[in-house]
Amino acid sequence: MIEFTDVVKSYREGNDALKGVSMQIEDGEFCFLVGPSGSGKSTIIKLITGELKPTSGTVHVNGYSLERIRRREIPYLRRTVGVVFQDFRLIENMTVYDNVAFAMRVIGAREKEIKERVPYVLELVGLQSKEHRHPGELSGGEQQRLAIARALVNNPSTIIADEPTGNLDPQMSFEIMSLLQEINNLGTTMLVVTHAKDLVERFNKRTIVINNGLIVSDGMEGYHL
Amino acid sequence: MRINNLGYLLKEGIKGIFTHGFMSFAAVCVTVACLLIVGSFSILVYNVNIMVEQLNQTNEILAYVDESLSEAEAKSVGTKINMLDNVLRADFIAREEALESFIEDHQDEQESFSGLDATDLRHRFRVVLEDNRLIQETDQNIQNIPGVVKTVAEYELAQGFSTIQDVLQIVSMGIIAVLLAVSLLIISNTVKLAMYDRRDEIAIMKMVGATNGFIRLPFVVEGFTLGMLGAALAFGLEWVMYNAMVVKIGEVDALRLFQFVPFDELLIPMIATFAATGLFVGIVGSWTAIRKFMNV
Repeated sequence: MIEFTDVVKSYREGNDALKGVSMQIEDGEFCFLVGPSGSGKSTIIKLITGELKPTSGTVHVNGYSLERIRRREIPYLRRTVGVVFQDFRLIENMTVYDNVAFAMRVIGAREKEIKERVPYVLELVGLQSKEHRHPGELSGGEQQRLAIARALVNNPSTIIADEPTGNLDPQMSFEIMSLLQEINNLGTTMLVVTHAKDLVERFNKRTIVINNGLIVSDGMEGYHL
Repeated sequence: MRINNLGYLLKEGIKGIFTHGFMSFAAVCVTVACLLIVGSFSILVYNVNIMVEQLNQTNEILAYVDESLSEAEAKSVGTKINMLDNVLRADFIAREEALESFIEDHQDEQESFSGLDATDLRHRFRVVLEDNRLIQETDQNIQNIPGVVKTVAEYELAQGFSTIQDVLQIVSMGIIAVLLAVSLLIISNTVKLAMYDRRDEIAIMKMVGATNGFIRLPFVVEGFTLGMLGAALAFGLEWVMYNAMVVKIGEVDALRLFQFVPFDELLIPMIATFAATGLFVGIVGSWTAIRKFMNV
């Protein structure tokens, strides 16, 4: 579960990125987070992943209190939150299989677990036939699927997708969003940050709209500012 | 940390060297170059120091024995001199031997000394000291031995040599320290560049929840391996170059004066110094470099 209560985040330059945000995303929920550039979306993601601490208010993510989390606890928080980025952030000199396996290896998983889990996740995202390819040989949509597989492989309870369709054409965007919905159907909490108004309307999910550091709407009304 | 993780981390560290071949090559080359400069200068200083030490030891004390003593009695005085602190050895020179070398030294004036008899001279000891800095004190102790009537010691010469050694030591230590500091800086910067190449990989590791220790270890293994590789290559090169130089110098008559220490004698300290430096720069370089990319 993700819970923000009266969260204010001020940067050193003096501007407030968040001016008192309160929201709650339940386990297993699918939720869009939308808003114009500079509205505070990235700050929310960084607060959830422990990159930033709130200036005031409380942030609870999957049992961790982010306002008083210790540095050495952050890696364990991040294992509960998979992140997918617009620019994929894949390792070019690793194969598809290794890009996913890497995420398991660096948290100390056993090789036996890796051999079982990676093919399963690659199958889930439809890349089982491309496990020996390198990211450069894949299309944009396939690269994003690979990034989703990597975010998923450690079985996080939450996935945050930051503009996952920003670099993709409409057809691929739809496929990726459908994949995220399938994953959500398997029980993973999904928070999708996007600008894609058409997708938000098409998928008809809970939508939190943020503008100028404040939540301006939260519900099934879609993306309206 | 489980054993299979440790194996993975070590393997990753070694693999990193090859996947980032050019940066690894650059780091090893810089380490070799820096260690060669520091090593060569240290060996040079060591040799010069030994040469000065040897020259200093030619500065001895001459102790004359009472002429009324028989040769056997005179020799027993030598035993007492040898028992003194700071005396390396006391060589006995009988009055006959002293006369011979005196005449040899004054061949042009042979006529003036034609009537000279060995009994006109005293038995004597040539006393070589362990540390010429203490020449005055040791000379005093020799004079206090019954049977010794006179000593000749060049205090100022000994003092001069000591000063030269002291200055040499301070200057060389300073230069070595500066060279070492510059080397550490250059090597750790090169390792940092190698790490900079990997910042995206580190960011991904952080993102998926790798602990700092897990992220750091392969890089430290990599730094350690590169450092040790650089140290081993530098040591091998130093060995070959030094031996070649000693042979070349030995071939030139005018340079025979310089007696270089055989490399075997330097083996242990050189291995220790090179390994320690390689280890230090490799580990510290990668540790500090990676810290910068950890705050993601």
